[in-house]
This record gives sequence, structure tokens and C-alpha cells, in this order.
Amino acid sequence: MLIEVKGLTKRFGDFTAVDSINLSIKEGEVFGLLGPNGAGKTTTLHMLATLLKPTDGIALVNGYDVVKQSDDVRKSIGIVFQEPSSDDLLTGYENLRLHALMYGVPQANLRKKIHEVLELVDLVDRKDDQVKKYSGGMRRRLEIARGLLHHPKILFLDEPTLGLDPQTREHMWKYIEDLVKKKKITIIITTHYMEEADRLCDRIAIIDHGKTVVIDSPEKLKSELGGDIVSMKIRKPNLKAIGKLRYVKKIDRTNGVVLLTVENANKNLPEILKTIGSVESVELHSPTLNDVFLHFTGRQLREEQAEGGFWERATTYKVRR
Amino acid sequence: MSELSGLYAIWEREFKVFLREKSRMVATIINPLFWLFIFGGGLGSSFSVGGTNYQVFIYPGIIVMATLFSSIFYGAYIVWDKKLDFLKEVLVAPLSRTTIFLGKVLGGVTDALIQASIIMLIAPLFGIGFGWNLALIYLVLFVLITGLVSIGLIVGSLMESPEGFGLIISFINFPLFFLSGALYPLDNLPTWLNVITRLNPATYGVDAIRGLMLGTSEFSIMFDFILLCMFSLALIVIGTFAFRRMKL
Ligand SMILES: Nc1ncnc2c1ncn2[C@@H]1O[C@H](COP(=O)(O)OP(=O)(O)O)[C@@H](O)[C@H]1O
Ligand SMILES: [Mg+2]
Repeated sequence: MLIEVKGLTKRFGDFTAVDSINLSIKEGEVFGLLGPNGAGKTTTLHMLATLLKPTDGIALVNGYDVVKQSDDVRKSIGIVFQEPSSDDLLTGYENLRLHALMYGVPQANLRKKIHEVLELVDLVDRKDDQVKKYSGGMRRRLEIARGLLHHPKILFLDEPTLGLDPQTREHMWKYIEDLVKKKKITIIITTHYMEEADRLCDRIAIIDHGKTVVIDSPEKLKSELGGDIVSMKIRKPNLKAIGKLRYVKKIDRTNGVVLLTVENANKNLPEILKTIGSVESVELHSPTLNDVFLHFTGRQLREEQAEGGFWERATTYKVRR
Repeated sequence: MSELSGLYAIWEREFKVFLREKSRMVATIINPLFWLFIFGGGLGSSFSVGGTNYQVFIYPGIIVMATLFSSIFYGAYIVWDKKLDFLKEVLVAPLSRTTIFLGKVLGGVTDALIQASIIMLIAPLFGIGFGWNLALIYLVLFVLITGLVSIGLIVGSLMESPEGFGLIISFINFPLFFLSGALYPLDNLPTWLNVITRLNPATYGVDAIRGLMLGTSEFSIMFDFILLCMFSLALIVIGTFAFRRMKL
């Protein structure tokens, strides 16, 4: 196991942000931490990256203890933070150079290495522009390039597409997929976008209130719900009768909407509609990670923007000195 | 080895940013010149200190003032680094906190020395020549500024907002400057002021530079220098400690 976490806990005063998490992540895996804002994803990542000291538990990264062997851990990892972390008065190239020197990349092949990663993220022709002239997506790519510069075994990406527009997000996903193909690198992604976790990750841990709710591959999690999702807008559902139908696996109700997990939904839908009463609208879909989240927590994984997203932060602090 | 190149990298970044932020330089140079020409010029037209024109007398003090304000204010940039996640990027690198602190100190020292140099360019206006003393003046400035920059960085490492930082350093800056002998001679002070002035490290910086520039000093220059070295060493130790303890 490349990363082994047991009982990892972080308390801020009385508040438990990360509550006794266990993880084991294999070499070469793309592993996702999926959960809503405030679930404790960033805190977990910071502990794995030696930036925060765990209150309790142990974490081994690349075989090194994050507390006792923090230097070795830091040499093994690259990290792209949730918030912008490049100096916007420096050019893209200069930011990478700074990083390379801090990680002791020999002067001799500095240029070559920097160009390598710039090519990977498609920023060669913008390398001499100051970062303040970059768009949010470019800045994110630069920071991914920077995270790869010292050839880490493990790359942490904290909300890699937070605050990016859908098109840029699509691009970013392609870059990450490419990366996985080109470099044999283990990636840990945190996200509160279920499509992102679904598309990029081999396995995910769903995290809520600092606890891991379930860990598995997205496909397995979805198929284990045991059917398709029928969602109906209805005022007075006859749930008693619905409960007697054998092919209905699960019934959820959230604000005026009834969600049923149904085997062979295509075939059984007419009978359901007849039984439940008069519905205002109905929708049928294959399970998503949102449904999985709902199944385990009883709540929706909302797609709301995180507070102080990447791009807001990047622009807020533009005029800083 | 990577500690050394890391030290260089951190210094280089600070230096590049300094060169690109002209406003940073302008503000810290205008202020001392204002004091020198308006306050010094006004009082200098009717006062002299031990035969030295008042304006000339305060000139070394104004150089220290310029470095003092910019050195301590330099700590604000670490608060900005915190606001962005840039500081995390530095702290997650495989470098010791000591290296990071020293790299920052060197960056601040470079900025302040450049500012001092610009103010020293006008020395001929006051009929002051440095000769070989110039090297000694830089040595004294280097040691003094190292301590002052450390003060700023220590405060910066503890603060979360630039406003909070600004508030705290204004309580540090002004006493250090006004109670340093930059604006008055030390030989005839009332006891309470004399005591406070002698406890102020900036006093010895002003005194040594005045001795090296004008040939008049209250203490021996060697004495000043040794005290400054002790002051700066102590602050480097405290600063390293503060950086180790620094939370994100
Ligand atoms: N330094 C801190 N002090 C106090 N509370 C914190 C601190 N950092 C994070 N938290 C709290 O811990 C919880 C988890 O935060 P975080 O790990 O950032 O969540 P996520 O990344 O999943 O959105 C949040 O409720 C947050 O307010
Ligand atoms: Mg987060």
C-alpha cells in the first residue's frame, strides 16, 4: 500500500473535523475523497501532506510516517492546493523555477524539466507572462505542472476544478486523464462534484462530517443500490402501497420529491405510477453518486459552490502589495 | 544541498517581487526624505548640535528610519503569502523552517539595503563623504536590518490579517524610531528618556552610523556593533522558533 491511514483524527478545539478515518490506497490508483463542503477533505489532505499535525491516529505515505518522517513524506509528494498558491507577480516559468530550486532539482536540467511539465499542461507559450494575467484554468494547470515538477510518486489534487466553468472543467479532466496515462503516478483527488469523482477515480471514499461513509469503486457503489432511480414530484404519495411492491428496494423523501430505487424500472414504472397516486412529474435515471450519497447519508450531495472558490480567491487577492 | 538552493530560491523570489513592486520602494523613500528636508531643513535653519547643523545631524538617523520602517513592514508580506496559499507551497517543500526564515530575512535585508543606498546617494548634498567607512556603514546596516526584518517576520508569522499586522507594527515602529536618538543627541537627556533610549537597539545603529559618517558618537562604534550583533542573533533565534511554530 502506498498510503496507509489508521484512525486519523483532527480536532480543532472541541470540533472534530476528521473523525478516525481509515484508508489504504494502492500504487497507481486514482483515489477520490468525495463529500460536501466542510466534510474534512482538505484537512485530511493537509495531514497527509505534513502541513497539519494529526490529533490522533497514524498515516503512512510512501511508507513514511507523516509526523516522524515528514521530510521523506514531503519529498515523495506533490500537492495542488484548493486555493491559488502561485505568486502572481512572478511569471509561470519563474514560479516553476522557484519550486524546482526548493526541491533541489539540479541546475543542469532545470530548464528541460520545466519545459517538460509546461508542455504537459499546454502552457509553453504563456510561460513568460505574469501569473496575474492567467485565467483561473491556466493558473490551475500551472499549479498542477508545478506539483509534478519534482517527479513525486504521489500527487494530491484538492478540488482541482473548483470554481472553473464547465468547459474549463472538461479540459482539466482531460489533462488529468492524460496525466494518468503518461505518468505512472498515484493521484488522490478531493472533490464535491460527483461527476468528477465518477469520471476520474478508480475508487472513492465518501466522506461526511469527518467520517468515511463507504469506500469502493464508483461502478460498484452505484450498482449496489440494486436498481434505477425513479424520482417523482408528488404531494400525497401512497407510500404504504409502494412499500409492498417487491421490486422497490428503497424509498427516500426529500422536500416534496419521492425517490425510489427500483429493479427493472423500465418495466415496473407503470405499476408504480398507478399505485403511488397522482404525480406532478416523474423522472427515471440510472443511479449516480448523488444517489449513493443520499442512500448512505439521507441527504443530497449539493452542487453548491464552495465558499471562497479558487477563482474568487485568485481575484480577491490580486491587488495585494 | 537543496537547503542551500532553497535559500537562494526564496531570496530570489523576494528580490524579483521587490523589483516589480515599485510602489513598495517609493513609499518607503518619500517618507524619510520628507522628514529630512521639511523637519530637518526647518529646524536646521536655526539649530545645530555640537557644531553640526541639525539637518546633517539627523541624516544618519533618517537612513536608519528608512530601513527601520521598510524592514519591519516587510513582515506584512508573509501575511499576504498566508492569505493566498503561497505560504503552504513553501512550507510543504522539503526545506527546514530555518532555511525558509533565513531566505525571507535575506530578501528583506536586500530590500532595505537598496532603500538605504538610495538615501545615501544624496549624502554629498550635506557635505558628507564616506571613504572607506562605507564598507563599515553597510556592515552595521546589515546587522541592524537583519534584526529589524526578523521582528517584522516574527509578528507576521503570528498574524492572520494584514490589518492586524499593521496595528501591531505601528506600536513597534514609532517608539523604535522616536526613542532612538535619530532626532536628538543622547548626552543631555532626562533620566527616564535616557533609560528607554539605551534599551532601544535602534539607538546603537543610529549611533554607530553617525559615528562613521560624522565622526561623533555617544558610544564606541565597537560597542554599538557588538550590541547590534547580539540583538540580531537573538532575533534570528526567536524568528526560527516562531517559524517552526507557525500554523497555517
Ligand atoms: N484551522 C481550522 N480551525 C478550525 N476549524 C477548521 C480549521 N480548518 C478547517 N476547519 C473546519 O473543519 C471542517 C472541515 O474543513 P475542510 O477540511 O476544509 O472541509 P472540506 O475540504 O471537505 O470542505 C470545516 O467545518 C471547517 O470549518
Ligand atoms: Mg476543501
